[in-house]
Amino acid sequence: MTTIASFIDALGRYDFLQSALITAIMVGVMSGIIGCFIILRGMSMMGDAISHAVLPGVAVAYMLGLNVLIGASVFGLLAAGLIGFVASHSKLKTDTSIGIVFSAFYALGFILISLAESATNLHHILFGNILAVSDTDIMTTVVVLGLVILFVVFFYKELLVTSFDETFAKTYGLKVQLLHYGLMLVLTLVTVSALQTVGIILVVAMLITPAATAFLWTEKLATMLILAATNGAVASVIGLYFSYTLNWASGPAIVLIAAIIFGISFVISPKQALITNLRRPRRVAA
Amino acid sequence: MLDIQNLTVAYDDTPVLTDVAVQFNAGKITGIIGPNGAGKSTLIKAMLGLIRSQSGTTTYNGRPIKQFQRQLAYVEQRKDLDLTFPITVFEVVLTGTYGQLGLFRRPGKPERAASLAALDQVGLSAFADRQIGNLSGGQLQRVFVARAIVQQAEIIILDEPFVGIDLQSETAIMAILKQWRDAGKTIIVVHHDLNKVSCYFDDLVILNHGIVDAGPVAKVYQPENIAKTFSSDLSKVLFTATKGVAL
Repeated sequence: MTTIASFIDALGRYDFLQSALITAIMVGVMSGIIGCFIILRGMSMMGDAISHAVLPGVAVAYMLGLNVLIGASVFGLLAAGLIGFVASHSKLKTDTSIGIVFSAFYALGFILISLAESATNLHHILFGNILAVSDTDIMTTVVVLGLVILFVVFFYKELLVTSFDETFAKTYGLKVQLLHYGLMLVLTLVTVSALQTVGIILVVAMLITPAATAFLWTEKLATMLILAATNGAVASVIGLYFSYTLNWASGPAIVLIAAIIFGISFVISPKQALITNLRRPRRVAA
Repeated sequence: MLDIQNLTVAYDDTPVLTDVAVQFNAGKITGIIGPNGAGKSTLIKAMLGLIRSQSGTTTYNGRPIKQFQRQLAYVEQRKDLDLTFPITVFEVVLTGTYGQLGLFRRPGKPERAASLAALDQVGLSAFADRQIGNLSGGQLQRVFVARAIVQQAEIIILDEPFVGIDLQSETAIMAILKQWRDAGKTIIVVHHDLNKVSCYFDDLVILNHGIVDAGPVAKVYQPENIAKTFSSDLSKVLFTATKGVAL
């Protein structure tokens, strides 16, 4: 209890901790929201791939002094496009295509970053460094959060229908591919923001885990989005607390908390009904 | 009239449909029958532009089908639907209004009312707020028919709508199809159960990589055609057992 009190006390005193808290909440919200569509579309692998594939973009932006968002978006979209191209122009399955493209991009990113000779930066990119968030970082994160919310509000019905029934959306003339790449673009922006809190390696956890937890509690998409956003924010704040108090790396701390919340939900959510199902045989779906 | 001309579709150089020409009339329910792998679903998907065709044109009342995209409703064969998706029965039906709404416009009161009315028409009002995974196969099929009602389309295409569903659902769906027909719409049904061909359809297309025969049911649904397309045994069974009953 005293540590919680001292955490709150420190929040009042240290700007860097305030910045960290604000960023953590924003990243938790945006990744929870976008994560819902990633898991409902069965694109967890794709989410993982895109989040890794932005690495060379981060490096190039760093070398050229560009905004990280620009570099990351270019490489994120390039990776999404290549994955789609390889899968549709060969008999390889999409997950194979994902594996090839993202590992290549990731490898390229490593080399570029080592050329830029910034070893400390690499460590921060990989594992996150939420306690070193600058004011510019916060502004960028605000912009991305705004974009994510606008994207989901304006395209809610299109995102809903393409996630649920893509063929139907195609028959009434919706530009399904365009929406897919729009989502991929937003995903790369979220990834860049999440780099600060959890690092590139664990971005996928922020996308999938809070959304999956939300899925266990509701049967309505709108509710799921709100739950996932809240859940992502809560996990980020608690993770930050442990990171500050126990001196854990922020990324792993946040991700572990998210996983624990998922674990608890998995056991007690009424929709999941694990406890009742363990007692009686599973009903076979019709 | 929906008119398909010289349609050829091949998957990886294996032709599924070769030079198909066929017409579907407004105010008729047209059945498409044919053995497994005859290209029935392929024909529909090519017509809808969901798959690439090597050649062929589809026109509706003399103009390219592309111009009528909002006038098409397609009730797909439900094989790979995600039944765990967080969506209610009502919300599924409501997606039928999306095409007319276009981008950025949200469904409002009229759209909601139309969706509820369509659910009522298929007898599923009581299920409006259920998550779709809680429905039986027949009820689910009725939900998708309700969505097609909401689309207010002129051309409605159903792929195997009666597979694995209960009698109540089948009757309910058939009643809707007949309403559509009487309203002058074009209804196309891919079908596999040869028994009910003559009581369900006005026109019939027999397909087996190409058109075997097409026209009014009484003319097309003949022992020779069935024997030629399926097997002579099947033809014998069907036409000795049901003669005078089905027709």
